[in-house]
Amino acid sequence: MNNKNKVFKHGLAVALASALFGSTAFAGELVINTDTSDPAPKEAFETLVKGFEAENPDVKVTLNLFDHEGYKTSIRNFLTADAPDLASWYAGNRMLPYVNAGLFEPVDDVWDANGLNKSLKSAAASMTIDGKKWGIPYTYYQWGIYYRKDLFAQNGIEVPTTWAEFKAAGATLTAAGITPITIGTKYLWTAAGVFDYLNLRTNGYDFHMALTKGEISWTDERVLNTMNHWKELIDAGFFIKNHAAYSWQEALAPMVQGEAAMYVMGNFAVAPLREAGLGDDQLGFFPFPEITPGIPRAEDAPTDTLHIPANAKNKEDAKKFLAYLARADVQTEMNKTLGQLPINADSTAGDDVFLQQGFELLSNAEGLAQFFDRDAPAEMAKAGMEGFQEFMVKPERLDTILKRLEKARLRIYK
Amino acid sequence: MRAYWKANQLKLAPWLFLLPGILMFLMYVIIPIFQSLNVSFYAWDGLGEKEFVGMSNYVELMDDEAFYTSLKNNLIWLVLYMLAIPAGLFVALFLNQTVRGIRIYKSLFFFPFVISQVVVGLVFAWFYDPNYGLLNILINALGFDSIAVLADERFVTYGIIVAGLWPQTAYCMILYLTGLNAVDPEQIEAARLDNAKGWRMLWYVILPQLKPATFIAIVVTVIGALRSFDLISIMTDGGPWGSSRVLAFYMYEQAFSEYGFRMGYGAAIAVVLFAIMMVYITGFLYKMYRDERGR
Repeated sequence: MNNKNKVFKHGLAVALASALFGSTAFAGELVINTDTSDPAPKEAFETLVKGFEAENPDVKVTLNLFDHEGYKTSIRNFLTADAPDLASWYAGNRMLPYVNAGLFEPVDDVWDANGLNKSLKSAAASMTIDGKKWGIPYTYYQWGIYYRKDLFAQNGIEVPTTWAEFKAAGATLTAAGITPITIGTKYLWTAAGVFDYLNLRTNGYDFHMALTKGEISWTDERVLNTMNHWKELIDAGFFIKNHAAYSWQEALAPMVQGEAAMYVMGNFAVAPLREAGLGDDQLGFFPFPEITPGIPRAEDAPTDTLHIPANAKNKEDAKKFLAYLARADVQTEMNKTLGQLPINADSTAGDDVFLQQGFELLSNAEGLAQFFDRDAPAEMAKAGMEGFQEFMVKPERLDTILKRLEKARLRIYK
Repeated sequence: MRAYWKANQLKLAPWLFLLPGILMFLMYVIIPIFQSLNVSFYAWDGLGEKEFVGMSNYVELMDDEAFYTSLKNNLIWLVLYMLAIPAGLFVALFLNQTVRGIRIYKSLFFFPFVISQVVVGLVFAWFYDPNYGLLNILINALGFDSIAVLADERFVTYGIIVAGLWPQTAYCMILYLTGLNAVDPEQIEAARLDNAKGWRMLWYVILPQLKPATFIAIVVTVIGALRSFDLISIMTDGGPWGSSRVLAFYMYEQAFSEYGFRMGYGAAIAVVLFAIMMVYITGFLYKMYRDERGR
């Protein structure tokens, strides 16, 4: 009787302990937290885990899926309190707070041991802070201009490659009663996509990165040039009216209905546009046209990544997992499900026409930016994007807006 | 021990009964107030080391356009939200009659308060939609151009307040309906005999008797105006370019949103908001104190 009681007590203690420390890993157990809860990313991750477990039968993987928005808050808690062995996040400045706080583990050894400096070269710069690599990138996608092929054909417009052609195309569309570009700036970031491209094309990759790093004044003449190019578009009525009232999804509608012809967007816009009924003979993609002739072409390509938290318990298996994730065949397979592009140079992109175009575009780009709100620190990104939205509605306030951004820059980058 | 208990039982018992409440109140209200005050003197991203910066968060606040926009909007909210009280009173007077099925009408009028603020926000966002929203169909039918209420810095705060007034009016209505039940019929009869009717009856006979209901209605409406967060978050996310923010929303944005995590600055905003509420709370407490002593 007494003995039995003891066993019961012991069992209770274990149950309690496992309830309290839910994600505590024993040897050979690997806990991964990700925000990939949408159907396609979820499936991609589940396949990834299965593939890894098949090759490493001694490791048991637990995959915790978080809601996309909630994850941004949860990661701050679990990195400090109860760290998993791997956590998904984003490249560029977005990971800086965690690197600075010592919550991520450098993984240069994984890069060196697997020759990743060569195969993942295109994303190496965006994974490096203080000369160390802080994670493994596994997917990205292109940004550019998605357009209505049929509307272009009806109005006899060729795909524009220069600024003059772009403006001429817009004028033709406006004359035909079609708004050239649809956009929804309610949640601000869409406006940053337009800014990124105008600035990359006007001043080039190095300038854009220096600006987002806070090394250049917002009242600099070169920034003013970028904004004046933007103003040319605004004055010519390029953007749909009342865009500040719409989210990016709501702004798809004018394009589907043929009231607008172009959308400066990421490749994730293709799926909803197709679902809304646009066929491949109607929907096309072209890179944002050249503005300053001769500037090397750079693109926005936001990268998703996996990291080892500094407080992880099973770093050894976590590194094994990262090496597996970096492999060419794994990235090929995974990105087919995701509908995005693999980073490993030896991988192949999916058959989809937009993926093929994106692969071509990004492989030949001179530089890859992450996107304004990942390249610039969070506070600067917020101030900047608010300024862009205001500028798109009230272009006459340009000077005030740039002065405000400059004030923010001086405060944020100390 | 036992002797001490016996001797002081009457003195100790109330404190023992109060103890759980006091502990909770300390832990969840009093201590956090001082913690916020403390955090507001630091620069802290919620992860790394705290850095003591003295008053500099407040100095920055004094020079922050967004802060003044939020403060101004807060005042507009406080003033216009009060419209819910007279509106609620008149709906209540209108519904305070004995007609067949009046309970159904009453519950229909109360409906907006029952549905979630998020739904109210969505419904009004559609109502204001510049392309297919009902408001603009109406405006177009009258021959005017569409107005994008939620994308125009001039109208956006008023647009959200109107959405907030809808459920708040229902709330005040229910407060007055219960108040009207308690109105003394004999006084009304006496007033009738003295030939009082219409506005004079309302002003001199009914309203004084509704004073407790009015008091509660003011309290909940002020609180509602100051915590006007969900509607703003749903309908505009503070936009366009931050022109519909109020202090509570700005605090959330600075401290907890995707682009925020400036705990110190957020705490400084919270302290200012608290100071504003304190003016009102002090007035409220003073009135309660006076009323209780008057009895």
